[in-house]
Amino acid sequence: MSNAVECVGVSKAFGAVQALREADLTLAAGTLTAVLGPSGCGKTTLLRAIAGFERIDAGTIFVSGQAVARPGVHLPPERRRVTIVPQEQALFPHLTVAANVGYGVRRGSARDKAVGAMLELAGLVGLGDRMPHELSGGQQQRVALARALAPDPSVVLLDEPFGSLDAALREEIRSEVAGVLRASGATSLLVTHDQEEALSMADSVAVMRSGVIVQHGPPQDVYRRPADLWVANFVGRANILSGRAAGRWTETALGVLDLVQPMEGPVSVVVRPEQLHVAPGSGTATVEDRRYFGHDVVVAVCLSSGERLLVRLPSAEPMVVGSTVTVSCREPVLAFPAGDA
Amino acid sequence: MALAGGVALAALLPVAYLAIRAGGGGWSAVADTLFLERTARLLARSLGLAAAVSGASAVIGVALAWLTVRCDLPGRRVWRVLVALPLAVPSYVAAFAFVSNVPDLAGFVPTFVVLTLLSYPYVFLPVAAVLEHVDPALEDAARSLGDGPLTAFRRVTLRQIRPAAATGSLLVCLYVLSDFGAVSILRFDSFTRVIYQSYQSSFDRRPAAILGCLLLVFTLGILVAEARTRGRARYYGGSRGARRQPSPVGLGRWRWPALAAPVVIVGLALAAPLGTALRWLAESVQASVDLGRIGRAGGATVVASGLGAAVTALGAVPVGLLAARSRSRLAGIIERSAFVGHALPGIVVALSLVFFTVRFMNPLYQRLPVLIFAYGVLFLPLAVSSVYGSALQAPPALDEVARSLGKRPIEVFRTITAPLIAPGVGAGAALVFLTCLKELPATLLLGPTGFETLATRVWSATQAGAYGDAALPALLLVAAGVLPTWALTRRGRTTAT
Repeated sequence: MSNAVECVGVSKAFGAVQALREADLTLAAGTLTAVLGPSGCGKTTLLRAIAGFERIDAGTIFVSGQAVARPGVHLPPERRRVTIVPQEQALFPHLTVAANVGYGVRRGSARDKAVGAMLELAGLVGLGDRMPHELSGGQQQRVALARALAPDPSVVLLDEPFGSLDAALREEIRSEVAGVLRASGATSLLVTHDQEEALSMADSVAVMRSGVIVQHGPPQDVYRRPADLWVANFVGRANILSGRAAGRWTETALGVLDLVQPMEGPVSVVVRPEQLHVAPGSGTATVEDRRYFGHDVVVAVCLSSGERLLVRLPSAEPMVVGSTVTVSCREPVLAFPAGDA
Repeated sequence: MALAGGVALAALLPVAYLAIRAGGGGWSAVADTLFLERTARLLARSLGLAAAVSGASAVIGVALAWLTVRCDLPGRRVWRVLVALPLAVPSYVAAFAFVSNVPDLAGFVPTFVVLTLLSYPYVFLPVAAVLEHVDPALEDAARSLGDGPLTAFRRVTLRQIRPAAATGSLLVCLYVLSDFGAVSILRFDSFTRVIYQSYQSSFDRRPAAILGCLLLVFTLGILVAEARTRGRARYYGGSRGARRQPSPVGLGRWRWPALAAPVVIVGLALAAPLGTALRWLAESVQASVDLGRIGRAGGATVVASGLGAAVTALGAVPVGLLAARSRSRLAGIIERSAFVGHALPGIVVALSLVFFTVRFMNPLYQRLPVLIFAYGVLFLPLAVSSVYGSALQAPPALDEVARSLGKRPIEVFRTITAPLIAPGVGAGAALVFLTCLKELPATLLLGPTGFETLATRVWSATQAGAYGDAALPALLLVAAGVLPTWALTRRGRTTAT
């Protein structure tokens, strides 16, 4: 499979602030990649550098094999075949839906056809003559996406596109957008700080911290095999227990646990809340708090060691705050040398 | 960016040259003019007038705002619009109305009365806007903590309108210092009148330049003070979300007597000039007024104002766009300069352009292009604030999307930015056009020989005591002024949210 975009050692500073530090990122053609990171990690700068709105200080950016940016070379945005869906959609308020979608398509007989096909793909049939302000939030989102897809770009960049939507709408529109992107076969890059969004939508997730891509892989790898403790904490909920490892297993407050990888000496053990089991009665742990979510329940327990753990359980399990329980973990767990991160 | 800088530089150049020219005779010559007792008296008179008018305007403006916004005054919605309209009456038209009824009127008191009647809306408009948006929950909280209704108003609401009232009063100060029409007709020797006389009567124009610079220093000082009070005036935003309409204060048996306040003020400021002009018009119809001359003056006014509006609006495009897109303090300065257009003394700008053209562009001296340029310098802020408002509707994100879709910057401007800012540019041009119609001092100084506009017609006819000749142009000018004032009232209401 060829690569739609390749960033190699890309650096960018704003004054004293180093936004990108030799960031590397490769987007396989036809896939949806999420760049996931906390605010201020440089993910938006990376997106703007690929689009051509920021000049990079070092490194190279290839789009469809062509070097569009490197020191001394800066192809203007309009010549990169890279389109964007900005945070607030930014639909052209004076143009109809059809004119918005057709804006980037060359004039000619093919334009109407391309616009029609794109409206159909995005589920906007019959809305072509509306003005942007006459649309619902979800429809505006799809127009912005259709507009970016219409010129058949090498890659579509989505900058936190769901941030302005309210929570109830967000999930629905996410899956719509992911569906449209898959159906179009386009390569796309989604920038987000929402780990749930990244894990649920993307084919691959690139985790970014302080201007560097620290891990890039399929969502399940990033979740189950985080590259370090920081990633483990940032992507999904994680309980961290201290332990002492001896080869294939480690000693912890939960007893002896199997390790995914052999380790030696003092370690920090990562236990996901759903890896734990709780048995009521006669134990050394105390239930401190209980939050009911309908489909499941999250219980906070305090171990005899003083360490606190979150446990995710099926909601049928009765858990009384203040009661004593036994906590156990039966799956192999991941550990990192103690003091790392 | 470069374009915006160029426009700003062009606007500032002549004024800068005025300073050079004033200092041309050496420091001792400047000192000779500056430290005359006459100059000191002139300064005292001008500042005294400005202070008196702003004080009176503050009282009238706040009182009328309170009566029309917060009290159950009969017909308060209508009064809210009516009491703002005196802003539309040019000062020379009001002065003409008073002088043509009582020919002996002259000096401080009549000038003070006329200028107060015309300038209190500068206080009324911002204060009314704030009063309308003050969250009544604040007053409710004060009431629940044990204050009576009047005490709550004094301790809570009055605190909130103080910044707006202060800003408005400073604008009144600027208006009075730069006024030329009323002081010249009512023969009150303030800065502008003395500068004009000194310019007209002697070959040595340097004293005029020096006095012009002095006046500029004072107006700039007031502008800085205005900016400072604005900076602190932020807190009247109140809480967000839907706000309850406050229940109006019951005036009880004072409800109808209170009506006397707006009736008297609007009567004197609006009805009196209009009535007087109509009366003179009726009388002069029999005395066969020179309609051809008024027609020519009207035509010249429309041509000069139209060109002025076009040039100013075009110049405002790069400045307004830059202001909307840079997040610097410049944006704030330009945004609030909507009023400043009224504040830069026209006589000083005109004087500086006289010096500048005589020295560097003599063939253009007293030609139309220089007058057009003067309009541009005077009213650029007005047009810029209008463009700025619409440029906010075209955020940079739209440009970026358009470029990523394959359009070059020039195409982006043509297909996205231009259509989006067009309404703002048009509104700005209209506003400048209607303001140019009324402009007096620059038109007097810079107009070609024999060139007459409606404004200069009112002025010279009044000076000559030919009141019948002034009537029709005066009516036309007031009619033309009502529209932008009404627009300003509306804007005051929306921007205060």
